[in-house]
Amino acid sequence: MSVEWYLVVSALVFCIGAGGILVRRNPLVILLCIELMLNAGTLALVAFARAHGNQDGQIFALIVMVVAACEVAVGLGLIVAIYRRRLPIDVDELRELQG
Amino acid sequence: MAEVFFFLASIGALAGAIGTVTLRNPFYTVLALVCHLLSLAALFLLLRAEFLAAAQVIVYAGAVMVLYLFVVAYVGDGDDPIRPAGRPSLRWASALFAGALFVELSIAILGTGLTAFGEQGSGWFPGFGTPGEIGRLLLTDFLLAFEVASVLLLVAAVGAVILARRRTGLDDPRETSVADLLHAPQEKGTLGDAERGTMLEAGGPPER
Repeated sequence: MSVEWYLVVSALVFCIGAGGILVRRNPLVILLCIELMLNAGTLALVAFARAHGNQDGQIFALIVMVVAACEVAVGLGLIVAIYRRRLPIDVDELRELQG
Repeated sequence: MAEVFFFLASIGALAGAIGTVTLRNPFYTVLALVCHLLSLAALFLLLRAEFLAAAQVIVYAGAVMVLYLFVVAYVGDGDDPIRPAGRPSLRWASALFAGALFVELSIAILGTGLTAFGEQGSGWFPGFGTPGEIGRLLLTDFLLAFEVASVLLLVAAVGAVILARRRTGLDDPRETSVADLLHAPQEKGTLGDAERGTMLEAGGPPER
């Protein structure tokens, strides 16, 4: 399989994730959609590493995985804090910072 | 043979992604993402990234998704599906935006002048992408990135604990603190709905 196919799959997954962030309103699902977009980026990095016969892209993908894990930890902490305050778990309702 | 595996894995990855976006129940959403991650690990194997595929399955599909499932169970939206997403016009605009983004990315990928992408990929040596090679690179060429990643993980762990901790100001709920008295008049003005509270109050004692 040529590397282009992997890149097209990565682009499709990225677009699905981007559309999901715009459509969904549950912050948990929005975090999952961010995961989708990060994974699409990871797949593209691994495909580039394969195209160049060089492992640097795989290291980059590994670091992206670490950053995604950090994002999950902080995001889920925020959701738990929102839930503790009995606030609605809905990004359209959480608009206090809108001014 | 590689083509068959590629199409199976990519169909799984795309189905998982679509399921993540469209399913109503947060539990099923997380399970769809697990399916997506496992398919992606298969794609990594096809791209000769063995260590990355193993890390994807163990760390991502294992640990991170368990964290998600725990929070979904804690928040407890399982039975009560979230309300249908906003106005239809917004949904159409979102779908249009995603489609336009895909067209743009496809033009960028397929119209590139780099001939390497149209091929199978350049040569790989035995041991490409194995744990040994990745570990050697992490501890030689990418030592700084490795260390910064460990510091980032530490900061994220501490931040998550601080964000999600239970704010027990007082042991006895019948007592009131000076902070409560100071914040009490402000609560009414912001929302006019004392039951729902504001994010501003998140620093105060818990409601019991």
